Amino acid sequence: MSDTVTAAPLTAKDFATDQEVRWCPGCGDYSILAQVQKVMPTLGIPKENVVVVSGIGCSSRFPYYMNTFGMHSIHGRATAIASGLKAARPELSVWIVSGDGDSMSIGGNHTIHLLRRNFDVNMLVFNNQIYGLTKGQYSPTSEEHKITKSTPFGSIDHPFNPLALAMGADATFVARSMDRDPKHLQQTLIRANAHKGCSFVEIYQNCNIFNDGAFEIFTEKGTKMEETLFLENGKPLIFGATQNKGIKLDGFNPVVVELGNGVSADDLWIHDDKDFYKAQILVRMFDDPRKANHLPRPFGVFYETERLCYEDVMALQIEEVITSKGKGNLDKLLRGKEVWEIM
Amino acid sequence: MSTTDQILQDVVIKFAGDSGDGMQLTGQQFTNNTALLGIDLATFPDFPAEIRAPIGTLPGVSGFQLHFSSNKVYTPGDIADVLVAMNAAALKVNLKSIKPGGKIIANIDGFDSKNLRLANYPDGINPLEDGSLDSYDLIKIDVTKLTRESLKDFTDLGVKERDRAKNMFVLGFIYWMYNRSLENTIEFLKEKFGKKETILQSNIKVLQAGYNYGDTTETFTTRYKVEKAKMPAGLYRSIMGNQALTYGLIAASEKSGLPIFLGSYPITPASDILHELSKYKSFGVKTFQAEDEIAAITSAIGASYGGLLGITTTSGPGMALKAEAMGLAVMLEIPLVIVNIQRGGPSTGLPTKTEQSDLMQAYYGRNGECPMPVIASSTPSDCFEVAYEACRIALQHMTPVILLSDGYIANGAEPWRFPTSNDLKPINVKFKTSLDEGEEKFMPYKRDEKLVRPWAIPGTAGFEHRIGGLEKQDITGNVSYDADNHQHMVKTRQAKVDKIADHIPLQKMDSGADKGKVLVLGWGSTYGAIKSAVLELQAQGKSVSHAHIRYIRPFPKNLGEIISNFETVLIPEINNGQLVKIIRDEYMVDAKAYNKIMGVPITKGELVDVLKKML
Ligand SMILES: Cc1ncc(C[n+]2csc(CCOP(=O)(O)OP(=O)(O)O)c2C)c(N)n1
Ligand code: SF4
Ligand SMILES: [Mg+2]
Repeated sequence: MSDTVTAAPLTAKDFATDQEVRWCPGCGDYSILAQVQKVMPTLGIPKENVVVVSGIGCSSRFPYYMNTFGMHSIHGRATAIASGLKAARPELSVWIVSGDGDSMSIGGNHTIHLLRRNFDVNMLVFNNQIYGLTKGQYSPTSEEHKITKSTPFGSIDHPFNPLALAMGADATFVARSMDRDPKHLQQTLIRANAHKGCSFVEIYQNCNIFNDGAFEIFTEKGTKMEETLFLENGKPLIFGATQNKGIKLDGFNPVVVELGNGVSADDLWIHDDKDFYKAQILVRMFDDPRKANHLPRPFGVFYETERLCYEDVMALQIEEVITSKGKGNLDKLLRGKEVWEIM
Repeated sequence: MSTTDQILQDVVIKFAGDSGDGMQLTGQQFTNNTALLGIDLATFPDFPAEIRAPIGTLPGVSGFQLHFSSNKVYTPGDIADVLVAMNAAALKVNLKSIKPGGKIIANIDGFDSKNLRLANYPDGINPLEDGSLDSYDLIKIDVTKLTRESLKDFTDLGVKERDRAKNMFVLGFIYWMYNRSLENTIEFLKEKFGKKETILQSNIKVLQAGYNYGDTTETFTTRYKVEKAKMPAGLYRSIMGNQALTYGLIAASEKSGLPIFLGSYPITPASDILHELSKYKSFGVKTFQAEDEIAAITSAIGASYGGLLGITTTSGPGMALKAEAMGLAVMLEIPLVIVNIQRGGPSTGLPTKTEQSDLMQAYYGRNGECPMPVIASSTPSDCFEVAYEACRIALQHMTPVILLSDGYIANGAEPWRFPTSNDLKPINVKFKTSLDEGEEKFMPYKRDEKLVRPWAIPGTAGFEHRIGGLEKQDITGNVSYDADNHQHMVKTRQAKVDKIADHIPLQKMDSGADKGKVLVLGWGSTYGAIKSAVLELQAQGKSVSHAHIRYIRPFPKNLGEIISNFETVLIPEINNGQLVKIIRDEYMVDAKAYNKIMGVPITKGELVDVLKKML
């Protein structure tokens, strides 16, 4: 008989807190929270080693509802706080939760630097294409001509393409998912966590109060099949109401082809998330769905690669210096090289 | 030929030249040489704002002032006894700060027609020739020519490379003049150019040539000597402000057992701390050059949340950017040290000049009721203790702390009777890892008698909790919008900072009686000027005393009482009157201000004049 007691496996409930969840009824944030709580117990990370860091926004209230360590910080800075935390404590599992405004406008600078440094953290960007918390101004991901409180005559800003931005910043893991597809979101979160390096996950999130239906074309039954393209490694890019269409590369241009009539799955683009150049094209499949002949919007893991993580190299440098020079000695340091004595 | 030795008590020498002439290095070498002899000293490097201003121009002049003495030295000196002028611009910029009858050592080659024109001398006028310097002891040396001559055997060196050794000639000559040995500089050159044999040998050759020039040239008949100063017994070294500050941080890290995380973005005159700390990976120091000052402080907050000693260093403009994050640290109630090496402001202001104009910003400059401890260093070596104290207060009171230093002390040097690690007060830090008796649940904002909350870091099972910038409910730390709770929390955060006064030393008088006519109350880098001015007047029997504040928020508990013992309080500052406003506000006294806002330190002489009128 063994005298150790095996702890009961954790469940989603163990990751919920006693705090009342304060998002508007129907908000897409609820689903994202539910998927994160479902996935967490499957990751095999001790709960006390999980830290959720957020900025400010509706989405950023997230840490209060996760029974882990958490910090609800200031607008746009969760990325920088997480960088310091991960550098300090590489063994922690650090999750950043941010909104489209938090990560792309006020915090845009820290986002790109987080990605290029490749800290091993997961960054979830809840993109609702609006400033939710401040009650409905357009955001850096809002479409052109959008009418909002601050743009009564339509927005004149050109929007960011978050995944293209991430690729531009040399992100090592780039993915997109949505609040309305729990399975897909769970799988994406699991892959993001498995990736060693900074995982950038854009999650389309419906703000039913200030931007209702922004992604409806991608999420609702009637149009989803036609408008979305789910990426799977080694599989051809197929979509359409009856899985009747595919994407082919014509030079550097993705084009839609009908399957049948001599066109088979073998003629299509086969997804390979290790292919940097193809990923660049995939993230650019970002047509405004209001336009005629637009391409479907891809979801899934666009790109994954390996690169050394900042916190590991930082620790290694320290180790190397200690190996070659020995551990620092305070008395030696204070004494310096040239001393004199006064009797 | 024979020379006579003359004993001097006190010398102020200024090395000035183009910023490419190596005057900083020359000054530092002479400083080390002086320090090693046990002579007391203080230095003041004065850099141009541009890295390479056009050669030969007035804005391109770089200076290094050194005051050394067999008496105690408190300032780099108001006015120079000796000026080394490598070119016409250096003479022009510094002429007004040479003592009447002082020595001017001029490099003839730096006064050719081109240099004279660049220094804006009228056509045909050369101050070395027109008699305008007759009231000084003018020594003209053709440094360039002599340097080239001494290197004539170094055939593989180009003219440019030979000329670069000019400063060594000057240094050698000054060593001769003050009866010094060349040893420490030769050692320094060996370390610097160890692998580049030709460069090393050429520099040593020129250094010796400068020395021999003094020895063999008949014109110089007097050599000077300054005796050892009477300083408290012990081991000394020379130290610069930012270096001492760095050592203070490392010492606090070692004594608390928490590795340092420094988040910083380069800015003059604070960058040297980033540079210094980056060298000490052997102490486990993690330095992070962030993308901006906001990331610098917030990454340090993240590291501190993780249980490291979080530090961020900057200067005025960077402080402005960090303000919101300081508020977050106040709400989170986690330790953090924010170092501001002040410079002339506002905006980009005068990056390379000194000022004390960020005190109000440190004291009040955040949104909301946002009290933070403020602590200030007063001399280069004092930066060590102040940095150590800033860390101690941050860690033991779970609060962000602002440390104010400035460009003047950051770059100034002085002898330092350095402590050993055993001399340093312990800094005990305890993370929360278990519940106390009677505790059922972890309460992140439950306070101890100092009003300090527990520090439970990620990785501690059973202590998972959430914190953030939203107002906290007392004890639980949950988000709360309750009106009474907010008032209570604002008052509590203030009381927590006020209570630090129970854990810092009482204010001491620096010099003079506890009661009297005038109290000169200072903070920061005005220390040396106030000290020497007050000592001079005390020697004349005047009723004047000096107190210098290190702990600015909260003030030491007895400061009000000290102030009330004097008829008048004078507060000299390198700003438009900041501490004076806080003192008036806090103690309802009619404190008088003396303000100088010229990017340079207050001098002893001007303070003596001001005080004479009050006494
Ligand atoms: C420094 C600062 N500026 C502005 C705000 C106000 N503010 C809070 S959240 C927000 C926008 C949030 O938008 P997003 O990041 O998209 O989050 P969402 O609410 O949509 O989830 C703004 C402008 C703030 N809290 N702090
Ligand atoms: S405003 Fe929008 S984003 Fe915010 S909680 Fe409500 S529905 Fe969600
Ligand atoms: Mg948003």
